[in-house]
Amino acid sequence: MKSRYLPLAATTAIFLIAYALCYAQFPAMLSTRVIGNLLTDNAFLGIAAVGMTFVILSGGIDLSIGSVIAFTTVFIAVVLANSSMHPLAVFALALVITTLFGATMGAIIHYLEMPPFIVTLAGMFLARGMAFVLSTDSIPIAHEFYSVLQSLYWRMPGGGRLTLIGGLMLLVFLIGMVLAHRTRFGANVYALGGGVATARLMGVSVGHTTICIYALSGLLAGLSGIVFSLYTTAGYSLAAVGVELDAIAAVVIGGTLLTGGSGFVAGTLLGILIMGLIQTYIIFDGTLSSWWTKIVIGVLLFVFIFLQKGILWATSRNAAALENAHGR
Amino acid sequence: MSSEPMLRVENLTKRFPGALALDAVDFSLKAGEVHALLGENGAGKSTLIKCLTGAYRRDSGEIVLDGQPVDPRDTFDAQKLGIGTVYQEVNLLPNLTVAENLFMGRQPLRFGMVDTRSMNRDARQMLAQYGLEIDVARELSAYSVAVQQIVAIARAVDLSGKVLILDEPTASLDAHEVRMVFDIVRSLREKGLGIIFITHFLDQVFEISDRLTVLRNGRLVGTRAIAETERLDLVTMMLGHELSQETREHAAERGGKPETRFRFRGFGRARSIAPFDLDIGRGEVVGMAGLLGSGRTETAEVIFGIRPHDSGSAEMDGAPLALTSPRKAIAAGIGFCPEDRKTDGIVGDLSVRENIILALQARRGWARPLSAREQNTLADRFIKALDIRTSDREKPIKLLSGGNQQKAILARWLATEPQLLILDEPTRGIDVGAHAEIIRLIEDLCAEGMSLLVISSELEELVAYARRIVVLRDRAHVTELGGAEIDTDSIVRAIAADAGTEIGT
Repeated sequence: MKSRYLPLAATTAIFLIAYALCYAQFPAMLSTRVIGNLLTDNAFLGIAAVGMTFVILSGGIDLSIGSVIAFTTVFIAVVLANSSMHPLAVFALALVITTLFGATMGAIIHYLEMPPFIVTLAGMFLARGMAFVLSTDSIPIAHEFYSVLQSLYWRMPGGGRLTLIGGLMLLVFLIGMVLAHRTRFGANVYALGGGVATARLMGVSVGHTTICIYALSGLLAGLSGIVFSLYTTAGYSLAAVGVELDAIAAVVIGGTLLTGGSGFVAGTLLGILIMGLIQTYIIFDGTLSSWWTKIVIGVLLFVFIFLQKGILWATSRNAAALENAHGR
Repeated sequence: MSSEPMLRVENLTKRFPGALALDAVDFSLKAGEVHALLGENGAGKSTLIKCLTGAYRRDSGEIVLDGQPVDPRDTFDAQKLGIGTVYQEVNLLPNLTVAENLFMGRQPLRFGMVDTRSMNRDARQMLAQYGLEIDVARELSAYSVAVQQIVAIARAVDLSGKVLILDEPTASLDAHEVRMVFDIVRSLREKGLGIIFITHFLDQVFEISDRLTVLRNGRLVGTRAIAETERLDLVTMMLGHELSQETREHAAERGGKPETRFRFRGFGRARSIAPFDLDIGRGEVVGMAGLLGSGRTETAEVIFGIRPHDSGSAEMDGAPLALTSPRKAIAAGIGFCPEDRKTDGIVGDLSVRENIILALQARRGWARPLSAREQNTLADRFIKALDIRTSDREKPIKLLSGGNQQKAILARWLATEPQLLILDEPTRGIDVGAHAEIIRLIEDLCAEGMSLLVISSELEELVAYARRIVVLRDRAHVTELGGAEIDTDSIVRAIAADAGTEIGT
């Protein structure tokens, strides 16, 4: 097998084995109800993780997304409470703001040659702070349009519900896959992850691509915020703390190389599902502490770090063997 | 071969602060020829290439391509004009597929999406012209350096198609792979491309080139047809020995045979330097001569433990030495001033004082820091003794001139009172005045009983201070000259001697 598919294959195997184990103990876990809930409960994290996948593929990191999600929920709640704007218009406004926010961070990273870690860390504090400025309380959203959106679902065979937000996440993943693997922009993202200097020499517009990547991450964080407000029917500035770290974990468990340049958007979906599966298992079990989720995710991350190192080691050894084979 | 050159460079001059990198250089390239560009480090080869590819802007002179004066502003501009470059370090993305690398930025689109199927098909066709049948949908990193190099050539030719610059493309290839690349170079020559080939393997120059141009110290030494050039001429052109006033007393004629302090037997490292025997006596200067890439620096690095040796043994005063890391070498009293001060030697932002005390402090360990007073005394003593021109000892060393930086590094090692000091090109890139001072310093040091191993491309210099000279070729010590044998002519002859050598390993 080609070595770049190996992490993806490992993720798939882990997901299937984990699901099989869960099924062996609780046969009910294979129902479409569980699957529907898995998608709904992780919709906001999944959407944000697609953006994070692009960022990490390009060799960067975006620490601001949790704060941007919180900001978006508060922004929507405050505007809806204080004006007569239609939620769809508010959504559009929120997306414009978060996209520009991401683009600005991308521009700073590129033009000021600052490490993404620091720039997005600043963005994280800034967005969270802005959310607090808007409101420190949790503001309920009582617009009737929200009830309409929440009641939209597709009844899957077996009685499970694919909700609007669950479906939206799947759609975002689909678009993300096309964008990453079938467009020039996607190729440029991988090129940046392979080496910025070389990418520039090969004709990649580094500045444009960097700005687009962080704008995309901002846009998806904003969309994730909208989904989160639909999920919780509220806006709260302390919401989604640490979601950026969950997203990074999902991306890495999904088989994407943290140093950039290698990985798949589909892997991130599997990463999200694995994380959701662990939580579902804990709920089914009923006696385990929810902290077990963190422990299992921690162990999985270590496994993937070793796996990635192992693959790198194996490929370099292969290449050396190849050279020796026809050199001598 | 047409007689009218396709690319003509006239009077090209490029100045850097404090140095004239290219001084009115002329160069021409015909369609359908392989033109080798030769010279030691700092001769101006890469500056010339960078002026052609737009990486540098020239200060004066003309570049004429197909009868039109051109002025490439950057790499893309040069590419559009038809000038493509392949570097020694493959400049492609190892994480992308071969096809993606070939078509980066110009992928075929279908309904706005990358048409991977037709991209892969085009890539396969393109590589088939080079006799390469590989799976283009696999990542580039899955293939050997030679295949990557060929992919890079294919991309450059496809993008530009008139002039192809190969900057040491064979440096990390083995003999079989070199043959592969050369077959391709020959077929491109037949297609009428002009190829500029930079290398320091003389065998390869004679194997593939039609003409050659030699640069030295930023000046044109000459352009010759290969058929009319002898190996010896070429080495003479590259190293140049004008046999200036032979009035200096030869070091070799002074004194009797000194007692041997350092003894290396079968010392070497696979793929770096063939096992060698070397004795260095008390107060003796041993010179190392050879072309770039002949294994001079590798010898120094193996002795100093930067590349640990994997065969042989070392002794000092009859006691065995373990030279497996620079720390151990320093502990054994060995010092090393590397060739590239900027990257391997000075710590630019630290002061002159801090740079001087660095090695001594490293040897004492962090638990026994030098007091501020000791540091100041030490720094002042060496600034005075070596005449380092600096306004004060706290000035960041990067603000000093090359010669003074070199003296500060020398001071760093002298502060540790080494038994053996290795100097790699101690006089490179420094002005004439500082040059003479450093040579005088070398002579003083050995008079005090220190052993020195000096690598230099300046043969007159070596002749002036070395008691014995080891000549290297193709990563092996080939000859040792001593006593009356030491003169620039015999060194050049020893370097040029053709022993039917292998390329690489």
